[in-house]
Amino acid sequence: MAKKLMKGNEALAEAAIRAGVKGYFGYPITPQSELLEYLSRELPQRGGAFLQAESEVAAINMVYGAAGAGERVMTSTSSPGFSLMQEGISYIACAELPCLLVNVMRGGPGLGTIQPSQGDYFQAVKGGGHGDYKLPVLAPNSVQEMAEFVYDGFDLADKYRNPVLILSDGALGQMMEAVEFPDYDIEAHKVDHSEWATRGRRKGHDHNVLTSLYIQPDKMEAINQHLQEKYQLIEAREVRFETIMTEDADFLLVAFGLSSRVAHKSVEMAREKGYKIGLLRPVTLFPFPSEILFQLAGQVRGMLVIEMNTGQMVEDVRLAVRGKVPVQFYGRQGGMIPQPDAILHEIEKYYTQRLAVEVD
Amino acid sequence: MAQLFPENLDDPYLYLAGDESHKCELIEEMNQVWRRPDSLIDTPMHYCPGCGHSVAHRLLMEVVEELDIVERTVGIAPVGCAVFAYNYLNVDMQEAAHGRAPAVATGIKRVLPDRILFTYQGDGDLAAIGTAETIHAVNRGEKMVIIFINNGIYGMTGGQMAPTTLEGAKTSTTIFGRDTSVHGHPLRIAEMIAPLPGAYYVTRQAVNTAKHVRKTKKALLNAFQYQIDGANGTCFVEIVSNCPSGWKMTPLESNELLEDEIFQFYKLGDLKLPGKE
Ligand SMILES: Cc1ncc(C[n+]2csc(CCOP(=O)(O)OP(=O)(O)O)c2C)c(N)n1
Ligand code: SF4
Ligand SMILES: [Mg+2]
Repeated sequence: MAKKLMKGNEALAEAAIRAGVKGYFGYPITPQSELLEYLSRELPQRGGAFLQAESEVAAINMVYGAAGAGERVMTSTSSPGFSLMQEGISYIACAELPCLLVNVMRGGPGLGTIQPSQGDYFQAVKGGGHGDYKLPVLAPNSVQEMAEFVYDGFDLADKYRNPVLILSDGALGQMMEAVEFPDYDIEAHKVDHSEWATRGRRKGHDHNVLTSLYIQPDKMEAINQHLQEKYQLIEAREVRFETIMTEDADFLLVAFGLSSRVAHKSVEMAREKGYKIGLLRPVTLFPFPSEILFQLAGQVRGMLVIEMNTGQMVEDVRLAVRGKVPVQFYGRQGGMIPQPDAILHEIEKYYTQRLAVEVD
Repeated sequence: MAQLFPENLDDPYLYLAGDESHKCELIEEMNQVWRRPDSLIDTPMHYCPGCGHSVAHRLLMEVVEELDIVERTVGIAPVGCAVFAYNYLNVDMQEAAHGRAPAVATGIKRVLPDRILFTYQGDGDLAAIGTAETIHAVNRGEKMVIIFINNGIYGMTGGQMAPTTLEGAKTSTTIFGRDTSVHGHPLRIAEMIAPLPGAYYVTRQAVNTAKHVRKTKKALLNAFQYQIDGANGTCFVEIVSNCPSGWKMTPLESNELLEDEIFQFYKLGDLKLPGKE
């Protein structure tokens, strides 16, 4: 298939249609509105239902209903809207309904800014709503991945009966890049959910009920344990990451999404100066690539985490390396994007300093 | 308050399997003129004695069976005393977050347009926290039946004021009576909804007397039949009900209060009939 120049948001929307999405429910918010607009135009003609909801609260509950009916459904929003969805996501996670969620992050807190940010990392990977639950979180760093991760996201959702989140940002959503849509056979990927889905009582069966209410504590504890077992399975099987120039690295950058693109550039600049810098880019934020980080901690002398927030993923990196090496942080906020030379400057702060200590 | 731990809640079907104690030996099958609908699961309900929820449940299943739509119907349970409605209604059901039932039903209807959808909601659920979802579902003319149990109080959480609580009524959060200058006014949400073009059929009924029960059944039959016929809009059936526990009175007193005061404010009857404005 020929490559096409598209915005990240539009590429994601187009991929959703090609992945066989049957229902989209959303509410306008910058910088993700192109996604909603694209689907409003395309989806009804291509076999799915599109509905502009009265709020993100309604949108996520429409997703709850439609996912509970066993259909492939999704919503998308940006940070303030994602906050509004948290109650619904918690219900969906407990009722174990497969669906795809997209958060095209903007700067916060509050109304914040419409510029890109990674300030919703904690909210995305630590549950976000009430209670103990987790979502697999995929973090694209290109328009191509904005599209590709949709297929993966839907399949993961079906496989684990769990909502899956694509955590992107305003820059990736708005930027135009060439994108190529992979071949995807919708029928071959279809999962039969009729055993649990509420589609009308099946002949000869009792009714299907979807709920997140288990009022007896022992029952609710059993549900919690079941969910945790599922998340552990996801952690064992679905970790995804990318390593860049880590083979001989003695210092490691860690960054996801848009930050990882900038960090990549900084790695190249550092290499030109002869510094042996590598980059680890988590692709799944949950499950987090802790294992590879722990391994690399045995090889490098330090790590620097780059984020577009005040330091969120850095906590998970520190947990992963378990004190083996110092983990530093550099971030920009409020819609500001870290610049490659500023990152290089940070690298030099720690890298050359440590070299000097070694020479002593 | 609603009994949250009835002994058999673990498995409501226990009562279905093999237990024939509810069958009357004196009446031959051919002479039987009254029986419970098969889709009403045969188990003691958690509702307080005299509570209108149980009657409404029964009518609902009678209607779904009589219209032969058991296998096409999907219901949404609210957060409120009827949160366990799915323990009694043997149709496919989803339990929604507080107030969001119309959005949940919308989601299902939009991806499965040939299914018959209903929500079952209390007044806190529908007329307070879920007001936006209610109004907008009706305004879009979502093809579903909204069953609204208005008992003028938050039953499940222990009898706090609801938006529908009458002026002067004492509740656990208005211990000196509802003062409209402080607590706002009782909300007649059916009257708000009826003028919306998306509202197809809006009616207000009750289940406190045999006569009212018959009328409510007719209203539910109409509402579901309209949806089956593809009516272009939402059917809204309000049932003005009681909450003896929350109102702190006997079931009999609560029924008297309905007749003496509550129906004066919430007038029974049709607010909108198809084809008539
Ligand atoms: C988001 C949220 N807020 C509050 C509650 C607590 N809560 C449970 S039921 C209820 C009120 C229910 O009242 P109503 O809808 O009138 O139903 P009834 O019990 O009277 O039938 C409230 C406030 C909740 N479960 N979720
Ligand atoms: S609505 Fe009132 S009477 Fe009915 S079950 Fe709830 S608390 Fe009891
Ligand atoms: Mg109530």
